[in-house]
Amino acid sequence: MSADSTSEFEVVIGLEVHAQLLTDSKIFARSSTVSGKTANTLTDPVTLGLPGSLPVLNKRSVDFAIRLGLALQCSIERTSIFARKHYLYPDLPKGYQISQYDKPICLNGSLVVRIKDGTKKIGITRIHLEEDAGKNTHLSDEPYSLVDLNRAGVPLLEIVSEPDMRSPEEAGAYMRQLRQVLLYLDICDGNMEEGSLRCDANVSIRRRGETKLGTKVEVKNLNSFRFVERALEYEIERQIAAVREGTPIVQETRLWDEAACTTLPMRSKEHAEDYRYFPDPDLLPLVVDDDWIARTKSSLPELPAQVYERFRKSYELDPYYCEILAEEKAVARYYDEAVAFHNNPIAIANWITTELFGRLNKESMAMSSNPISPENLASLILLVDNKTISGKMAKAIFDEMFSTGSSPRDIIEAQGLKQISDPAELEALVDSILSQSAAQLQAYRDGKTKMFGYFVGQVMKASDGKANPQIVNELLERKLKA
Amino acid sequence: MTLTDKEVLHVARLAQLELSEEDLPRMQGEINEILNHVERLQKVSSLGVVPTLHVHGEINAFRDDIIRDSIPLEKIEMNAPDFRACCFRVPRII
Repeated sequence: MSADSTSEFEVVIGLEVHAQLLTDSKIFARSSTVSGKTANTLTDPVTLGLPGSLPVLNKRSVDFAIRLGLALQCSIERTSIFARKHYLYPDLPKGYQISQYDKPICLNGSLVVRIKDGTKKIGITRIHLEEDAGKNTHLSDEPYSLVDLNRAGVPLLEIVSEPDMRSPEEAGAYMRQLRQVLLYLDICDGNMEEGSLRCDANVSIRRRGETKLGTKVEVKNLNSFRFVERALEYEIERQIAAVREGTPIVQETRLWDEAACTTLPMRSKEHAEDYRYFPDPDLLPLVVDDDWIARTKSSLPELPAQVYERFRKSYELDPYYCEILAEEKAVARYYDEAVAFHNNPIAIANWITTELFGRLNKESMAMSSNPISPENLASLILLVDNKTISGKMAKAIFDEMFSTGSSPRDIIEAQGLKQISDPAELEALVDSILSQSAAQLQAYRDGKTKMFGYFVGQVMKASDGKANPQIVNELLERKLKA
Repeated sequence: MTLTDKEVLHVARLAQLELSEEDLPRMQGEINEILNHVERLQKVSSLGVVPTLHVHGEINAFRDDIIRDSIPLEKIEMNAPDFRACCFRVPRII
């Protein structure tokens, strides 16, 4: 976005996020929700929309909705209603999607998002439960489409934000931090590429100072964080150019085309807005009592924003480290455990974010399969801190720990890697190097002080890298002065 | 409230109903009669009446999150007019 366009126009963005829930079975039916199975092998009479079948609500999907509602400061509605949303499309066998309309389960929440210069509270209008549709595939050159109903009936939470975001970066930050909350709550796997987390954006622009909202355009197909930001940047540019040219902005749905870096108007399903919502007579009202809410509240984990704050305050970590270490629950827990073993929060943060993440990345491994226990990482750092080993040795031992899962002490013992810090032993080593280096010694005394490094190197080499470099330096300084 | 010819045809299309030229005036009359009746009902004061959320008056029918066997593909195929590559085949939609 060019600088002048940001100052002349204000951008207004609201996001609708669909999160696939990690239940085992579907929201109203008994078949499995796993992905990647042969088409139409995860079906049952309800999923297929067979006549006479009746939906029955999966209690766990309600638990998940309450969890998210509480985590996002929503009011949990004591009574909510499922409604039929009608449209005719082959991926929807019943001819309607079961959703919630005027009585959703959660209302009026917020998420405080960290942005570039501080934090911003983004309002959550509502969260509702609904079922996913099936999947259509269109074969090229054939007059047919294929329908797979495995995904039909998988529970979704739709999270609708207020139009509170003012830039693509804010929208990206909201999306990332909402995803973290979903992951911390263990209710969604957050995988945008595979579609378990989807995002549609409503975006409009208005001249600065204007209070009325501009005509909004809905942008779909934003299946990565990068797409969310790029598509919004493009769409804002397009709208600003249109307004400047005097072309009116049409209220429409546009699809983000990543390859072409552009948004294109979507060929809409005919009369898509005529959904004819009405309460689904097959489903009873959902009533949530205080006890259910209290029980769910007491089982909520510490949330990412709380972990971030705690790391910042109690460990005095840089925001940079707080951000990375709080991002995933497993990482945050690992970090806490390591610090509990050895209280050097900064060194541990550093080792996790550089060495450990570097190695996990290289091996394409997730934190869950990390072979180094927090206790072992902490004791490695303790060995550096009490000067049993040098930093360089620690890195070699770390590699060994990663490959074998052994403790640093076992590796040090097995390989005789302990640092030599005994002054008498080191002095003998220094003396023998100096006595073998008459020419270099002469050069040093003639003013080539750079030779100092040469002597350190020779001592380190002679000790197989085990000599404590600090003591070697002190000894050499003393001897060369003499 | 009355619906125009065009609106009646639109409703018919949403309901996937074929409506012939001859049927249109009759249908329009019937629909408008129903709408007029609803209009009369809307004049009745419902102040203080709790909305009927469900005719039973019951709440909360749940199932536990337990997977049960899926319908075998052969059986699904038996009910499908056109089934290829484990998928329902339908006229191309885009």
